[in-house]
Parts: sequence; structure tokens; C-alpha cells
Amino acid sequence: MTELLVRIAEHRDKDAFSQLYAHYAPRVKSYLMRQGADQASAQELSQEAMVSVWRKADRFDSTKASAGTWIFTVARNLRIDALRKEKRPSFDPDDPAFVPAAEVAPDQFVEVGETQTKIKAAIAELPEDQAEVIRLSFYHDKPHGEIAEYLDLPLGTVKSRLRLAMRRLRMALGEEL
Amino acid sequence: MNASHHPSDDLLWSYAAGSLDEPSSILIATHLSLCPVCRAVVAKAESLGGELFENVDAAPVDAGSLDAVLARLDNTEEEDPVFSENHGHGEDGATVPAPLKEYLPGSVPSLPWRWLGPGVRYTPVVVEAKGPKVGLLRIAPGTKVPMHGHNGNEMTMVLAGGFTDATGSYQRGDVEAADDGLVHQPVADPGEECLCLVVTEGELQPTGMIAKVLQPLFRL
Repeated sequence: MTELLVRIAEHRDKDAFSQLYAHYAPRVKSYLMRQGADQASAQELSQEAMVSVWRKADRFDSTKASAGTWIFTVARNLRIDALRKEKRPSFDPDDPAFVPAAEVAPDQFVEVGETQTKIKAAIAELPEDQAEVIRLSFYHDKPHGEIAEYLDLPLGTVKSRLRLAMRRLRMALGEEL
Repeated sequence: MNASHHPSDDLLWSYAAGSLDEPSSILIATHLSLCPVCRAVVAKAESLGGELFENVDAAPVDAGSLDAVLARLDNTEEEDPVFSENHGHGEDGATVPAPLKEYLPGSVPSLPWRWLGPGVRYTPVVVEAKGPKVGLLRIAPGTKVPMHGHNGNEMTMVLAGGFTDATGSYQRGDVEAADDGLVHQPVADPGEECLCLVVTEGELQPTGMIAKVLQPLFRL
């Protein structure tokens, strides 16, 4: 998928786009429906999202994110704009105030694919109660308070499940806490 | 110098998931502009979002939608509106990170500053979206902000100068999270005026703040 996105960015390749569309448009639509969009607006917005993917493909950096992760962020930002009618404040690497990261030593460099594989394995191993709060947090646009209400749990329990899940995921990525 | 006091993982993850309110997101995005460490945390959380995306039950798209989209790709006239190119107010270029600058109508000195107390001024940052209040605080060098408590959560991020209280010393990029019950007396570091971005849940209008500053005294 990442290779398709690179072909779109570099060669404006419509065949690559069609393949990417077949895989991701239904996912974007499903994501938007879970966020409360009805079938018709989810359809329309998923098309918008994929047009954005085409237009912004040159901003995709395959050393920093997988195609799925990048398309998730495009869909997320569109959702905040279109469904929540809010702006999405985000940092800009061209900002004169921006503080860049130190260069990563070659032996410390972690391939994007490797990170994605580890995350996949870690999610599969999460206990269901932790996986559920993570899904709700990413897919239902629910602040932690509403997740608590929805699951009929105290807010503290939701926060501690999220924290446990984050800790497991971070450990899976080989980081200290 | 890089930040040494960071926002909680909860906040960074909520920002990555897109579930954090806009006012708090301004502070987080401003911090991220200055903090490569937290950018890496957000990138990881986004990878998690991307992974969940691969596992989601796909919703079938309308037949013919691909053709409709393909037909639009060559149309360069309907480009997205440019939203984040506001790098104006030249003199603040290196002081105010872009995510915050977009919400300010002019340079920092030109904002409508209100007097809050000796050496302390405040100006609200106007955000249309619902959520906590956002504002900027200027504290003259060496000024002691009166001892005060908090009724709700408050996040303060240093943009220039620095301040110190019982919990530590805060410099550019650092975020202090004060929750219910923290009573503190921040003192601006000598030498340079301290400029902070403050996000407050509940009421922290300038007038309310004076009352709030006095509140612990009344409780005693």
C-alpha cells in the first residue's frame, strides 16, 4: 500500500490510486460512520478524503508513517473539520519556531514497517477490555468521560485501562515508560 | 533547549485520536512544535490508529464512486483552501509557534492586554469551538503571582522567559498541568518577561481570576 502511495506522489499514477481507493475508501467510510456520519454523508466524505489523499500525496513521507497511518490522519482531520466543525491545530515543520528532532543514529533507526508489525502484534495481544477503550477512543470520537458513560464504568477505570494499554503498546515498541 | 516538562500521555493520545477538544489541541500542537519527544509519542499513537484502520470492518462504497473520484483528480481548480500558511506578525516569528499564531489577530504586544494585578496581564485567545478557555499571560520578570488554587484542570505552557513554583522550574516549551487542589505561587524568573499559554477548564475569565486568586484566602 505504501508503494502505491509513493507511485501516486511521484508519478501521479491513477492505476495505483484506483487500487488504493479499493482498499481504503471502504475503511474511511466505515470510520466516518462510526463517528456518527450517516451512510450518505460518510460516502461523500470518504470521496473527499480520497481526493485529499491524491492532492496531498507529495506530503506523505514513507520513512515516517505507513500508508494506512497517513490516510488515517487525513480522514481524522477531515472528520474534525466536517463532522465536528472545528479546526485541527497542528504543527508545521516549516514554522520558523519549529524545533526539529536530533538526527537518528543509523543503528537506532527503526523501519516504519517494523513499528507497524510490532503494533499489530501488540494490539492482537491486548486484553479485550483494554482493546475496547482504545477502539472507542480512536473510532468513536469520544472523550474519556463519554467512553466511561458508554461503558457504564467510572472514569478512573477507563483512564487506567487506557494507561495499561498504552504501557503494553509502548513496551511492545521497546521503550521504557 | 528542549522541553523537560511534557503533557500527559492521555492528552497526546487523545490528540492523535482526534478526540481532544480544539482549545486543548492548540496547546498540544504548540508544544509539539517545540518538542520532538512528544511528536514521536503522537506518531506512535497515530500508527496505532493506522493499524486499527487496517482491521476495521470495511463499509462497501457506492458503485461508480471510484469513477466519480477519478474524474475530479485532474481538476486543479478545486484545490483545498490553504489554512495554515499564516506566518505573519514577523517579529514573533521565532517566539509564537504556528499553531497558536493562527488564532492571534496580531503580534503579541499588540493584543488587547488586560491588567490582572501588579506585573500580570492577560489576553483571551478567541476559539469558536466549545471547551476550555484559552489565554495568554504575561508576567513581568521576578513577579510573584499571588498564591492561588484551582477549581478545574489547568495547563500552562511557557513561550518565553520562565517561572518556578514548588513543583519545579518551567522554561520555553514546558507544560505544567495543575489539577484540582494544587495551590501554588509561581514566580517569574528574573531577566526576561514570562509569556505563557494557559488553557483552563471552568471559569478563568480575567475578573474570575482575581476572585480565584483570592479564593484560598477566603477558605482559610
